[in-house]
Amino acid sequence: MAGMSGKRLQKELAKIQGVLPPGITLVSAPDLQTWHMDLRILDNPLYPPHDHYRLKFSFSKNYPIEAPEVVFLRLTTDPRRDIPIHPHIYSNGIICLDLLDAQGWSPVHNVESICISIQSMLASNTKDERPPGDAEFVRSNRARPRDINFLYHDPSV
Amino acid sequence: MPIATRKRKADSTTASADATSEPQRKLTKVSKALQKDSISQEQAALPATPQTLTSDKGMDSDDDFNSVASSMDLGEEMSSSVDFGAGESDVDIDDDYQDDGAFDATAKDLAPKRKHFEVEFKVYSPQDIQSQQDTQIAEVANLLEQPSEATAILLRHTRWNKERLIEQYMDNQEQMLDKAGLGQEINQNPPRVVVKNGFTCDICCEDGPGLETFAMNCNHRFCTDCYRQYLTQKIKDEGEAARIKCPGDGCRKIIDAKSLDLLVPNELTDRYHQLLMRTYVDDKESLKWCPAPNCVYAVECGVKKRDLNKIVPTVHCECKQSFCFGCTLPDHQPCPCVLVKRWIKKCEDDSETANWISANTKECPKCNSTIEKNGGCNHMTCRKCKNEFCWMCMGLWSEHGTSWYNCNRFEERSGTDARDAQAKSRQSLERYLHYYNRYANHEQSARLDKDIFHKTERKMTLLQSTSGMSWIEVQFMEAASQALQQCRQTLKWTYAFAYYLARNNQTEIFEDNQKDLEMAVENLSEMFEKPTDQLAGLKVEMMDKTTYCMRRRVILLDDTAKNLKEETWKFNVELR
Repeated sequence: MAGMSGKRLQKELAKIQGVLPPGITLVSAPDLQTWHMDLRILDNPLYPPHDHYRLKFSFSKNYPIEAPEVVFLRLTTDPRRDIPIHPHIYSNGIICLDLLDAQGWSPVHNVESICISIQSMLASNTKDERPPGDAEFVRSNRARPRDINFLYHDPSV
Repeated sequence: MPIATRKRKADSTTASADATSEPQRKLTKVSKALQKDSISQEQAALPATPQTLTSDKGMDSDDDFNSVASSMDLGEEMSSSVDFGAGESDVDIDDDYQDDGAFDATAKDLAPKRKHFEVEFKVYSPQDIQSQQDTQIAEVANLLEQPSEATAILLRHTRWNKERLIEQYMDNQEQMLDKAGLGQEINQNPPRVVVKNGFTCDICCEDGPGLETFAMNCNHRFCTDCYRQYLTQKIKDEGEAARIKCPGDGCRKIIDAKSLDLLVPNELTDRYHQLLMRTYVDDKESLKWCPAPNCVYAVECGVKKRDLNKIVPTVHCECKQSFCFGCTLPDHQPCPCVLVKRWIKKCEDDSETANWISANTKECPKCNSTIEKNGGCNHMTCRKCKNEFCWMCMGLWSEHGTSWYNCNRFEERSGTDARDAQAKSRQSLERYLHYYNRYANHEQSARLDKDIFHKTERKMTLLQSTSGMSWIEVQFMEAASQALQQCRQTLKWTYAFAYYLARNNQTEIFEDNQKDLEMAVENLSEMFEKPTDQLAGLKVEMMDKTTYCMRRRVILLDDTAKNLKEETWKFNVELR
């Protein structure tokens, strides 16, 4: 079973080293466990088009049967690279998206399709706010993102 | 085993068939019942010990019965068989006699009436549950002309409500299939593994020649390796079974048992079927797993949620566990589930604290905040409501005039009122503690009884060697010990029950019954303290006391249950 993720990730890597949709760039993929991607949101005034948002992908050996862990990173070196404001993104970078949960995940998804989903989730956002209870969640949460039981109560945003 | 295992109505044809085919057997049955009755009239009053029908045949016959009575409404059948009244219907099958297999009108007359506090229930083994599912699936599959795998998915989708399924299916077949996660042509397309050249699996990106692939009728095709891994993950790690969807993005097709068997190794299919069984029991209101650790049995009982204020449905599993079918807590007769929940909650946050409060604090006469005075003068100002009062007389401080710090205003009205109010709240607290202490005492004693039980076993061995009694002759000790535990359990809950009971004439009878049982229990309990060498001589006395205990318990439970059913009890809280 250990080999499951390797081959698939190599193929994915080969593909995204080629052409990617506008606004999505591969930053680094040093191994087959952690990748970094950058996102830009092109047409939403909430997110200036020159701001980059850094996504960190962590793959388990069961990928793609298991969803990867995807979080936003805050880069202290560059103030423009903060965690994007969104009612489903906590200020510690954890994203509440059904796609990344065991129930919503399908092994057909890949790094590119996840990036596109998150990009469009941001692009269509109109609310300049964090999720309710953000401060409390960020302070108290110790669980890995996959172990958090999010309530996907709001499919509209 | 004849078909009419559990006949509800004396069906003349089957009855006569019985009689002709097995006259001999019936005779022994009756005499056995008679024997049982005469040997232990007292035992008959004990809560019924159910017998599982472990043979598949027994199950089948039961289902046969149901399908004969009404072709497809098992649910209906079960709810109509719920019967709280003891003798007024023809349904009273005493569980004691279930193991006797075919018993008919003659045997039925001999069976004692069901007590008010007893409910009808059945214990099922995993095999029983499996065949129960199979029968229902086969029945509906026939009707809908769908393969059994698809029928199983449909039935699970409607939570085993056959009527609803059939109705909706007949209404709009396509919509129903779609909603349940099935496609149209499942009939024509049996699941199979296909080797496809030039195929790239979307999961592993494998595209070599000779790749084995699989797809359900949604045509989301993946290689079998990936499919297998996906299913393994779902079953093993996520514990899913009944609602595993196609791995394709957004696809709602549910994987069926046949496809699954095709794809995954045997040990996983076992787990899969285990999980399916769990959802079956969880889905049905009339079935519950026995809550005892490691117990594999499930219990069927027709008591509905809405009836729980009128009956306490205690059931007894094959594994000896007695539990309430309503809330799956250990047997808590005679106290109804709602009160049990309330009581447990109250005890969790109140009891010990309440003790301390009672001893050390007073309440503000205005807002009833609890105040502990830890020093200083008698002039109190409530932090909460700013009420100023005197700690001694509880009267308004303003009425104290100039006699500050020296309370001599004993006759002031406001003081009397405040003291009255306080006395009232103190009284309610003391009332609670009264019941709680007795409740806790029996709980504690029941725990000690467990020790007694183990000591009993040792005593029994000792008794065998010293008195020359045989093993069977010392069984009275175990019977006594068990009776003790059971009675304590009942007593414990009578106190929680009494706490919520509003006082009227009925409560006096209840309290008398309670007192009698309490005395009987303490008397019996005392006997266990006697030295072992005397025990042999006390055998008869001990048996008498055991019997008496059990009889008192039945009287108390029966009376309480009867009043509960007739809703003659008045409670000081709402049963919600």
